[in-house]
Amino acid sequence: MAGNPFIARGFHSRRPAAPPGRLPPGQYETRDFPVLSAGPTPRPPLAAWDFTIRDSEGHSVRWSWDDLRALPRETPTADIHCVTKWSKFDTKWEGVSVDTLLAAARSAGVASNPFVLAVSDGGYTTNLPLADVTDGKAWIAFGYGGEPLAPEHGGPARLLVPHLYFWKSAKWIRGLRLLPDDQPGFWEQLGYHNYGDPWREQRYQGDP
Amino acid sequence: MTAELPAATASRLDWHVASVTDVRRETARTCSIVLDVPQWPGHRAGQHVDVRLVADDGYQAQRSYSIASPPEDASLVLTVERIDDGEVSPYLCDVLQAHDGLELRGPIGGYFVWDIAEGGPLLLVAGGSGVVPLAAMLRHRAHAAASVRASVPAHLLYSARTWDDIIYRDDLEQLAKFSDVTVAFTITREAPSDWRGYRRRIDRAMLEEIGWPPSATPRAYVCGPTPLVESVATLLVEIGHDPARVRTERFGPTG
Repeated sequence: MAGNPFIARGFHSRRPAAPPGRLPPGQYETRDFPVLSAGPTPRPPLAAWDFTIRDSEGHSVRWSWDDLRALPRETPTADIHCVTKWSKFDTKWEGVSVDTLLAAARSAGVASNPFVLAVSDGGYTTNLPLADVTDGKAWIAFGYGGEPLAPEHGGPARLLVPHLYFWKSAKWIRGLRLLPDDQPGFWEQLGYHNYGDPWREQRYQGDP
Repeated sequence: MTAELPAATASRLDWHVASVTDVRRETARTCSIVLDVPQWPGHRAGQHVDVRLVADDGYQAQRSYSIASPPEDASLVLTVERIDDGEVSPYLCDVLQAHDGLELRGPIGGYFVWDIAEGGPLLLVAGGSGVVPLAAMLRHRAHAAASVRASVPAHLLYSARTWDDIIYRDDLEQLAKFSDVTVAFTITREAPSDWRGYRRRIDRAMLEEIGWPPSATPRAYVCGPTPLVESVATLLVEIGHDPARVRTERFGPTG
């Protein structure tokens, strides 16, 4: 905002202040878990479900649902921030670290690349730098709040990248493509920011 | 879902101070804000804007509201559901008045949009204030030439709690006078004693009666509270509609 802010006549806060440093700019805290998705909720049979990491040369590694569930699990607790302005604190997840999956992919000869495109059932995609899904920053989550992840929240499994706006945490995820060049995903082609850092309020294209 | 992406929205969304020309009550729980927006880049039916309120102590709040007006209108109209314990919607409906300014940016959203050039038939399913972006689509459609409209018939199925909770009721009934527009209401709580329409939540039978058969390959837009949208979108897929042609927008209460 250039110059002085426009003051809304007669507007005052009616919310208790959030703990300092927890609420990114323009966000408000909710206790609900709102659902936002662009189309019908897919419900793939688990027997046919798989998760694949593939490089641009076509090398890939694949996990069945049982394979994924047999991997070492983590239980991250994180604040999540949706571009539609709600934030939810201390959400509790269960899943497999993306580091674990990428290490297995490397062992299987899948080439590492600087960009990732997450691909989901229903055709949804979202793009991230590889650095944003490594070093303990991202998971393939299949549990939420001690329960299996509900379909409307992205179950059977979704990407969890809590440090970026939540559209980056692709619901109904089926794989990661490791790409040499950045390839904008679904919302990123429709006017939303390519990176999506809530602390820099990168909601839409052209935001800082 | 990736098959028919419309072009991206404008490259940068700056904040603008719009002039409020009217705030009018729509129903007991909703109001519409009529705005004159300088340098409005234009929008497509179905899009929304972000509204930002800054208090004199620097506190700020942002929310998103759907655009009710069609792209053809000179004024921009937002319809707001007033959440009693919210902080933005009560301000917009109760405090804001003509001659005030209102800071906003947009238009936002490039997927839940429809232009008559995309064709139809159009199947619109709304719950509560989810009718707002769908009304923008019908109003946009009404601006087209009769010969164009005839090739793009539209059906709206709209679920409301009571007769008086139906937003734009008169306007929708006017729109339904076109032979190629069907508007059906279903009332889930208290209906007038002489009400002869649906009186239950939207179900499969209703969608088969009001919706188009899958062979007509309608473009479906479903907007409302999450349980309604989840249920309707799932039913449409079960009926045989292509999931890629079912677009959804889900409203939680945003205060």
